[in-house]
Amino acid sequence: MNKIEVRNFSFFYGDFRALKNLNLPIRKNKITALIGPSGCGKSTFLRSLNRMNDTISGTRAEGEMLMDGKNIYDPDVDVVELRQRVGMVFQRPNPFPQSIFDNVAFGPRVLSTASNGDLDQIVQESLERAALWNDVKHRLTDSAFALNPGQQQRLCIARAIAVKPEVILMDEPASALDPVATLKIEELMRVLAVDYTIVVVTHNMQQAARVSHFTGFFWLGELVEFGVTSDLFSNPQKELTESYITGRRG
Amino acid sequence: MTTANQAGPQHQARRRWGEWLIENTVRLAGVSTILIVALIFLFLLKEGIPTFLDIPLRQLFSGRWYPIESLYGILPLLVGSLLVTIGAVIIAVPLGLTVAIYLGEFAPSWLREFLKPLIEILAGIPSIVLGFLGWVVLAPLIQNLGASTGLTAFTGSLILAYMALPTIISISEDALYAVPKEYRDGALAIGATEWQTIWRVVLPAARSGLVIAVMLGVGRAIGETMAVLMVTGNAANIPKLGAGMFFQPVRTMTATIAAEMGEVAQGSLHYSTLFGIGIILFLITFAINSVASRVVGVQGSRRRGGQL
Repeated sequence: MNKIEVRNFSFFYGDFRALKNLNLPIRKNKITALIGPSGCGKSTFLRSLNRMNDTISGTRAEGEMLMDGKNIYDPDVDVVELRQRVGMVFQRPNPFPQSIFDNVAFGPRVLSTASNGDLDQIVQESLERAALWNDVKHRLTDSAFALNPGQQQRLCIARAIAVKPEVILMDEPASALDPVATLKIEELMRVLAVDYTIVVVTHNMQQAARVSHFTGFFWLGELVEFGVTSDLFSNPQKELTESYITGRRG
Repeated sequence: MTTANQAGPQHQARRRWGEWLIENTVRLAGVSTILIVALIFLFLLKEGIPTFLDIPLRQLFSGRWYPIESLYGILPLLVGSLLVTIGAVIIAVPLGLTVAIYLGEFAPSWLREFLKPLIEILAGIPSIVLGFLGWVVLAPLIQNLGASTGLTAFTGSLILAYMALPTIISISEDALYAVPKEYRDGALAIGATEWQTIWRVVLPAARSGLVIAVMLGVGRAIGETMAVLMVTGNAANIPKLGAGMFFQPVRTMTATIAAEMGEVAQGSLHYSTLFGIGIILFLITFAINSVASRVVGVQGSRRRGGQL
């Protein structure tokens, strides 16, 4: 089943067309990986899915992104509500300069979805789901900056899932982390995919091959190839895809 | 060191001599500043100490300032300074922070580029010019509002607030600007509104800078003399407690020193009392600065991972 259906989607920075007429499905409760060289538009695409690009002035979108059948670029869409449904984890861990507890509680607090008693519960659940609870349960009041980068990134994942989103976008979530922390994040993604739809941008093709169910290959703002990950890596249909994944291009 | 060795011993010696010269010039500059501050404080103490020795404390902190009859009660002056400063803070801090938030978070960039230098120019207006404006424009306005005179504590507060505003706005805006974009993105991506992002993430993250901005602004207000001297009416009375207290003439500590210094006999008790007032003013500013650096310090250690 498709959670999001992208149709004829183009995106512009001023006059520059960063995404060209994209068409692809994002499957529900699956991990979709987006690969491609730097500047190919995969991060722009990811940030289009929760309209974070709106914060950059001079940008414009064309075409449709249907989430559960509703175009998220329709004028009557509440962007704030959309972003609550489509969470995001960034390339560099970006916890707020606050305590571990306050970081996770941030979302429920601003959305006032929880009373104070529930808040403890939500924070604990979110940290457990992000595989961080055992590391931090005795120091919830410590600053988030006391954690190592891998833990900080898992804290950001906990912060994102605390508002119970439907989709989680990850922009190279492991690129600033060491290999052990990277594997932990990948493990976590597999577990989270049971309940969430995940879209991940990655530079690392092994990572895409390891964790994702579907892969899209971007090149100069176009989607060159999209398919089941194992097919795309073992039997790419386009020559460009093959030369990129075998390392001859890019 | 290897590059120096390659360049030959002569070059190396010159480099070392240059290092020594620069290091000591910088040290001299640093030490001399501290020395000057210390000397000023010593001078203040030397001239002002007789105040505290010759006048009984009870009389010093009593309510009558009437040097001709040897009544040196500085309470009215303290209250005057306090009233004018508190009034200025109440006006300037919310207004300044709001303007900074508007400039830093909401204003389009062309407007910001245009307004920011303009605001910084305001900081350069000589205080006597503002005092003049207060005298000619503000005072009649306030009198029309029903006060018995236009020269009141409130008039002084308005002028001081105006003087503190550019400092508060400019430094706060810098502090907000320095908050990493990642924090804003993180908050927005969770579904926080723009205002929630500012209120719950950006402002707390910028707290130490905002405190500094307010303190520098207040520091300017409490030490200001000329404008206040012109517009507060200079009556050394303690205003009656109540809602109208801001609308009565007062006299501040700074204005007293400026107004009376010219006509006292050097070495007299009156003379040293004016220095005594200077010492008290100095202590007040010192206390404000200490509190400020304490607040900033707490924030700093929290960043480094201390307990909340």
